[in-house]
Amino acid sequence: MSEVPSSPVAPAAATAAASVPLKPLGKVVAVTSGKGGVGKTFVSANLAAALAKHGLKVLVLDADLGLANLDVVLNLYPKVTLHDVFTGKAKLADAIIKAPGGFSVLLAGSGMVEYSRLTPEVRDDFLRIMNGLVPHYDVVLLDTGAGISDVVLFAVSLASEVLVVATPEPTSLTDAYATIKVLVGQQKRQTLRLIVNQTARLGDGRAITTQLQQVVDRFVATEPGRPIRLVHMGDIPADPMVRQAVMRRQLLMQTTPGCPAGLAISQLAIKLQETVLPKT
Amino acid sequence: MATATASTLVDPHALRLDDARALLEHGGDSARLPRPGDSPTAYLQAVIDALCELSLKDPLTGLANRRHFRAVLERAIDVVARSGESALLLMLDIDHFKKINDTYGHLAGDQVLQAMAKCLTGCVRPMDTVARYGGEEFAVVMPNCQVSFGETVAERIRRAIESLDISVTPSVHVKITASIGGAYAPEWVRSTSNLWTERADVQLYRAKSEGRNRVFIDQQPVVAVSAEEKNLLFGHLALGEPAWIESLTGDATVGNPGSSLPGKFQ
Repeated sequence: MSEVPSSPVAPAAATAAASVPLKPLGKVVAVTSGKGGVGKTFVSANLAAALAKHGLKVLVLDADLGLANLDVVLNLYPKVTLHDVFTGKAKLADAIIKAPGGFSVLLAGSGMVEYSRLTPEVRDDFLRIMNGLVPHYDVVLLDTGAGISDVVLFAVSLASEVLVVATPEPTSLTDAYATIKVLVGQQKRQTLRLIVNQTARLGDGRAITTQLQQVVDRFVATEPGRPIRLVHMGDIPADPMVRQAVMRRQLLMQTTPGCPAGLAISQLAIKLQETVLPKT
Repeated sequence: MATATASTLVDPHALRLDDARALLEHGGDSARLPRPGDSPTAYLQAVIDALCELSLKDPLTGLANRRHFRAVLERAIDVVARSGESALLLMLDIDHFKKINDTYGHLAGDQVLQAMAKCLTGCVRPMDTVARYGGEEFAVVMPNCQVSFGETVAERIRRAIESLDISVTPSVHVKITASIGGAYAPEWVRSTSNLWTERADVQLYRAKSEGRNRVFIDQQPVVAVSAEEKNLLFGHLALGEPAWIESLTGDATVGNPGSSLPGKFQ
């Protein structure tokens, strides 16, 4: 709880950063998907646990302001939430809680309805909080909302790396593709990382990434010499243990880390450290 | 009316229902009026139902009133937040309505409002809600309305209004136009009815200030994935490549990818 100093973040930083375009913050990784219900929150929470096992200081921020459900996945009922910080009722440090997997979480909490639209105030509040958090962690995972609303795009814009979670279903792929298209168009992203969840077979994720890459190459216009690269980070196989953990509201990385999906997440955590996170 | 039994908690005879009855007789639709022959429960139920209906309707046009409109908006937000289905809100305002009142009188004005209400109801699907927002302002809530259709729907309504020929007296026919502003509920997030209405209002204001009798819809960051793109995305599906089909139908036996993982993760 005492990880973050209670002193307010320099307001100058927040106002300076409020002007577009935003400079993404290092060590901030956004987890997004386009379609809802593909396992964004599940991936965020379990990936955080896997990274924490490697000794990293991890924070998962519930950036799904309108319909947050990280609390549901982790079975947490915090007294103080991001909402209280936004409204000035609580200090940032008091809203950060320890999750069962050995990482920290900052939950949006209910009452964030008024933050489901990106007003300048929400933007500033969010930036202020992010600037205050980032220095204290090795990784900050942003669990964004579904869709490509302005709040989601704003949250993603703060991240230096983007993980797009998709399932092999056509609807999920279409939405993942749409997300990639927007992120390339609006945020000039060149590298997007794909995690394919609920795959039935080995190699599905790679095939899907190749397929997406082909469509991107053909339809998403870029400046010459700046190709868009989709990086296949890994697959999480369909695994009955996932459902069990979700229904029991426990982390898979705690209940059955050795099951196929658990092993896949461990592997993802390693790949993330190797490719994305700054070496310490 | 049946006499109240000992088990009846409320005795309808003891209630002063005359005002309510009078209100219903004047404003309600007579088929649903409580009848004196009803059992006490049925009578009270009929009074309550009729009052509820009355409280949701605009008396002049029979459309949903502002209270009802609010409730419909809230409901639409609930659906959009969870399902991601797009919902469209249109705000409409009759252009230069005051002139009609001033030129032909308020009764003519009322007839114009009624004609407008009838026209709007005829333009939309039964699942849509048409409301009188106030004065000469109307609103239409359209759940499950695809983003690509919004402009078309609003434009169709605008043209229907433009082509109305309202006879306020046998010799006087009035033509009207309307300005329309629209906004979609933000998908997957829980907006508020105020914010949503506000965005549609901004577009209505734009339509007014840019010359009236036109449509403006709030543009969300819409990313259309074309049929061609989808074709290429699902190329594998069309070819019937086994791994894909099986992964989609769930028929495939889940392999054990764990076996291929390096031992150090075990």
